[in-house]
Amino acid sequence: MHACMTLDRLLPGCFALVEEVQAQGITRRRLLDLGLVPGTIIQAIHRSPLGDPTAYQIRGAIIALRQEDTLQIRIIPFEGT
Amino acid sequence: MPIINAVRVLSDKNFKSDCTKKPAVIALAGNPNTGKSTIFNALTGMRQHTGNWPGKTVLRTQGQYIYNGQKYVLVDLPGTYSLLPHSAEEEVARDFLCFSYPDVTVVVVDATCLERNLNLVLQIGEVTRQLILCLNLMDEARRKNLIIDSDLLSRRLGIPVVETAARNGEGLNQLRQTICDVVNHRITPVPTPITYPPDLEQAIAILEPQVRQIMGERLNPRWVALRLIAGDQSFIRSFFSSLPDAGEGVKL
Ligand SMILES: Nc1nc2c(ncn2[C@@H]2O[C@H](COP(=O)(O)OP(=O)(O)OP(=O)(O)O)[C@@H](O)[C@H]2O)c(=O)[nH]1
Ligand SMILES: [Mg+2]
Repeated sequence: MHACMTLDRLLPGCFALVEEVQAQGITRRRLLDLGLVPGTIIQAIHRSPLGDPTAYQIRGAIIALRQEDTLQIRIIPFEGT
Repeated sequence: MPIINAVRVLSDKNFKSDCTKKPAVIALAGNPNTGKSTIFNALTGMRQHTGNWPGKTVLRTQGQYIYNGQKYVLVDLPGTYSLLPHSAEEEVARDFLCFSYPDVTVVVVDATCLERNLNLVLQIGEVTRQLILCLNLMDEARRKNLIIDSDLLSRRLGIPVVETAARNGEGLNQLRQTICDVVNHRITPVPTPITYPPDLEQAIAILEPQVRQIMGERLNPRWVALRLIAGDQSFIRSFFSSLPDAGEGVKL
């Protein structure tokens, strides 16, 4: 496994494990409600033409997240994806 | 089962007057794309927009149906992942569930994706006791060889669970019957309470009695206390405008 990085750097098609949600307050709760709990496997699906937001596959639903949020999610990317 | 129910309803003393009673209001809530509008259409005979992508329903729509001589108003809500709204549609759903006091809320979940969906079920269980879980897309779950122990789920959550495949009408009669049973207090759901860490529980214990004094039991005072502690501004705005005197003289 690679070292830890933030979710915004995960390239479309690649998988990662959510390690930590660093956001606080309402944003944190919101991200947890979307299924971004530590230990969740997540896949980057598609980046919008302007680079933001990006669509992710999270626990059986495709959800678009903005970079201001994905910057605050630490992940461990899977080797070779 | 249906025969026993019919007998029970017919022997009900109030049966005759049921038709003239104020209709029960039933809310359809759930994550986006779980089949809420499909169930709405099947029960009311209306034609709400359905399709296989999330976020189709943006406003709340209501329709009616009659079951066992009793009238029901069914409200189709936009899909939402959480009671902490992040969009106008999610706010519509939250406001209706929290401040319109439906007689029963049916949470429609995707049976193939329970892990994601049950979070909202637990949240709504903090708001209201009058809750039914509808496991929809059971045909898809079977196709994927998923086996769901509905009885265990029902015991763990403390609420009735109904399995449906709304697109081909499966389970809809059972759903109508369960709604009828909860409305008429033949089934009493008791959503399993969620316990928070001690410091939070202490704060809730201070606020909850004050909230109860202001607004009684219509909206679970424990849930209101939690929202106030979280400083949920969107909730607080809707909360104050929902009070009978629009918050006049009320200071929390
Ligand atoms: N296989 C199967 N498909 C279903 C079932 N119920 C609904 N669908 C399909 O699932 C898709 C979504 O259904 P809708 O009723 O539009 O879902 P919704 O929950 O109202 O969606 P939003 O309003 O966007 O939140 C549609 O393509 C339906 O035909 C079911 O029980 N089985
Ligand atoms: Mg809909």
